[in-house]
Amino acid sequence: MQRIGVFVCHCGSNIAATVDVKKVVEMAAREPGVVHAEDYQYMCSEAGQAKIAAAIAEKKLTGIVVCSCSPRMHEATFRKCAERAGLNPYMVEIANIREHCSWIHKNMEEATEKAVILARAAIAKVNLNAPLKPGESRVTKRALVIGGGIAGIQSALDIADAGYEVDIVEKTPSIGGRMAQLDKTFPTLDCSACILTPKMVEAAAHEKINIYTYSEVEKISGFVGDFTVDIRKKARSIDANKCTGCGACQEKCPSKKSLSEFNRGLNTRSAIYTPFAQAIPNVPVIDREACIKFKTGKCGICSKVCAAGAVDYEQKDEIFTEKYGAIVVATGFDTIKLDKYDEYAYNQSKDVITSLELERVMNAAGPTKGHLERLSDGKHPEHIVFVQCVGSRCSDERGKPYCSKICCMYTAKHAMLIRDKYPDVKVTVFYIDVRTPGKNFDEFYRRAVEEYGVNYIKGQVGKVAPQPDGSLLVQASDLLDNKQIKMKADMVVLATAIEPDPSVRPLATMLTASIDTNNFLTEAHPKLRPVESPTAGIFLSGVCQGPKDIPETVAQAGAAAVKAIGLLAKDKLTTNPCTAKADELLCNGCSTCANVCPYGAISYEVKLINDHGVREDRRIAVVNNALCQGCGACTVACPSGAMDLQGFSNRQIIAEVDAICR
Amino acid sequence: MKYSYYPGCTLKTKAKALDAYARASAKALGFELEEIKDWQCCGGVYPLGADEIATKLSSVRALADARDHGQELVTLCSACHHVIKRVNDDMKNVDDIRTRANNYMQLDTPYAGETNVLHFLEVLRDRVGFDELKKKVVNPLSGKKIGAYYGCLLLRPSEIMTFDDPENPKILEDFIRAIGAEPVVYPYRNECCGGYISLKEKEMAGRMTDTIQASASGFGAEMLITACPLCQYNLNQTVDGLPVLYFTELLAEALGVKEEAMA
Repeated sequence: MQRIGVFVCHCGSNIAATVDVKKVVEMAAREPGVVHAEDYQYMCSEAGQAKIAAAIAEKKLTGIVVCSCSPRMHEATFRKCAERAGLNPYMVEIANIREHCSWIHKNMEEATEKAVILARAAIAKVNLNAPLKPGESRVTKRALVIGGGIAGIQSALDIADAGYEVDIVEKTPSIGGRMAQLDKTFPTLDCSACILTPKMVEAAAHEKINIYTYSEVEKISGFVGDFTVDIRKKARSIDANKCTGCGACQEKCPSKKSLSEFNRGLNTRSAIYTPFAQAIPNVPVIDREACIKFKTGKCGICSKVCAAGAVDYEQKDEIFTEKYGAIVVATGFDTIKLDKYDEYAYNQSKDVITSLELERVMNAAGPTKGHLERLSDGKHPEHIVFVQCVGSRCSDERGKPYCSKICCMYTAKHAMLIRDKYPDVKVTVFYIDVRTPGKNFDEFYRRAVEEYGVNYIKGQVGKVAPQPDGSLLVQASDLLDNKQIKMKADMVVLATAIEPDPSVRPLATMLTASIDTNNFLTEAHPKLRPVESPTAGIFLSGVCQGPKDIPETVAQAGAAAVKAIGLLAKDKLTTNPCTAKADELLCNGCSTCANVCPYGAISYEVKLINDHGVREDRRIAVVNNALCQGCGACTVACPSGAMDLQGFSNRQIIAEVDAICR
Repeated sequence: MKYSYYPGCTLKTKAKALDAYARASAKALGFELEEIKDWQCCGGVYPLGADEIATKLSSVRALADARDHGQELVTLCSACHHVIKRVNDDMKNVDDIRTRANNYMQLDTPYAGETNVLHFLEVLRDRVGFDELKKKVVNPLSGKKIGAYYGCLLLRPSEIMTFDDPENPKILEDFIRAIGAEPVVYPYRNECCGGYISLKEKEMAGRMTDTIQASASGFGAEMLITACPLCQYNLNQTVDGLPVLYFTELLAEALGVKEEAMA
């Protein structure tokens, strides 16, 4: 018989305001096996933990139940506390009477009754608990970074500088990401390329970093410390070892009509291309959809002009497998599609552009060579209207409910840069609120208003109407003046909401990492573990976790790297002992369990079994404890009831159910 | 194919042409509009009072009648379509209105939004198909530059009307192409014509219609077409404005049944 102690936490008023904790103590004390029950204001505090330790020692407890918050919050805390007091940590059970009870109920009587039932179930379970001992697993001292933008580059550099091997997998032909597309950066207005390209070069030259561009993660298996990842290197059609990056192929390529992804479709590129001049690696790829050779079999000009003989039309996708201890996700963002925002005439007028498109227009390497001009007729604009919050802070299903966070600052940046370079151009900004918290950010915005004379109007634009003369009539409301206004503009720039890159969804499935309703990856804890995924060994870097600007992205990338380094620095990890185990006397080797196991943890071996005096060789299921994740699928599938999950045995679960139904 | 048909008051008085051309065209296209017996005025505007029930009952009568005939209900006037479609949505989704309307009506079978309401243009697009319509055109209106005028009532609220994209609709443009003419896209085709404000503030309504007219002619339109008698009236008040016709008139012309329709 166990000697069980029950500890009921008030959680301040979080639990005690809705649950009669004294009543829970009183009822729990009557349960079989319970020799001690008490309540305390904060069981997780030092004083609370001391009470638990004291009770374990004094009452010689063999198991404890803590009635408190979710086990996701403090199971580890109480297990450690028990261990220090000399109790096996797996003799601890949590009854979640906060998230599952006090927080979601209002009626004290009903909530108390439920809390008593939850406590009863946990007591019934701990009566059947047995001490478990965790095993150990090894740590592969190599990290995978998915995404080669500034977030991925920074995480990779930091991990590599700590001495660990890092692979960056980037789906486009070059690393650099969105930051490479930006012209200037706020709040210092330094050129984006000037601060990014040295980092790209550093990553490429780093002896511990391997960069796989034009590559995608295909499959992920394993677990923290020991991931196995298949990576698809898409056929570049170029032998990267031979290519010298001379660019002759791109110049001579006769197929020049593909829209440039890098320039956001504002101009065209050749079928064989590097996305931009400073691309890393400086090795082109052939866009096989656009290439004449691939479409018709004729052409082959690039191969003829290539002095290095690097063009290889026969190249095929290559899949290789690598092991990693940690994975950093840095998949970044894209702007939302504006199909549902036709009131801004984005699809009707070439002079209505997104802010990211304006970055390319302002950039010396962009479609207009850095000249500010209307894309419809090349004319110099006299008046530019910026519209903020296009798709951000949106209450209907057209846009996103969140604030994209970067738009207020980059719009102030655009407005200031235009006024600085072209003082004759009038600039008007429509905003809902100007949100510029951040070091030197509000000063930056105020400079745009006070020094550069940018006209900020609080109000939303209702319609942009292209006029027969080619101008745009902007209809808007001025909320401070309580007026409807109409103004003529030559260009309209839309601060379009950002959303996680669509590649994050299938990736999250592969990683079994959770994502929220907006497809941002979820943190393990929104305040205390902001750069870790709830899935162990997965770290979050950059906008894949939530909207953020470059300084924040770099800070988070560094934090994710530190967390990954902390993991890679360990030689061994303790494994969860709650794994499946086959009862050798009941198992008949039918393979049902192996067929349902998602982790490939079950194999079979022939063993000499002594079945009540009958000795015979039998085929028996054997579980690899390092691979088993304790999901329990095999225990449900096993037709003979031989499979059981340690710590969650069928007997224990049934005892809990019985206790609840009593 | 047979549809229940709700013409509405204006189509029996000021806008007889809208109705006559539609019926003749329907015949030429191989479907029949069966006028609902004893229909009543839709009320002209959808009542915005949350507890208003009396002015919704005529729509419920028409909807229930179509249901009892096992037919979809076709409308033509934008205002009637707007009112009936929204009342139908209420009957389907708003418990309070459905209960009270049914208590009042005492129908043999209570009505709960079962009828599908189609605007005549939706019949052309979704039932006949613009490709099929194109094949039946005997008198294509080649070379005519036509601006489509949608107004507001067909488009909004878009989640209930589910007619077309409220900011950039295209059903009328597709229709114009189907009858062989050239659509002129201009930004004010979904802006309000002023509606009933023309009764009270003529000047304001004039400013609104002048903007629409100027934009359409600025982009090269030679005429405007609409489905709404009130829009047509308002837009026709612009001095020296483009002519504003019912889309059914051009349809009848393209199908070669215009004279027959007015006979």
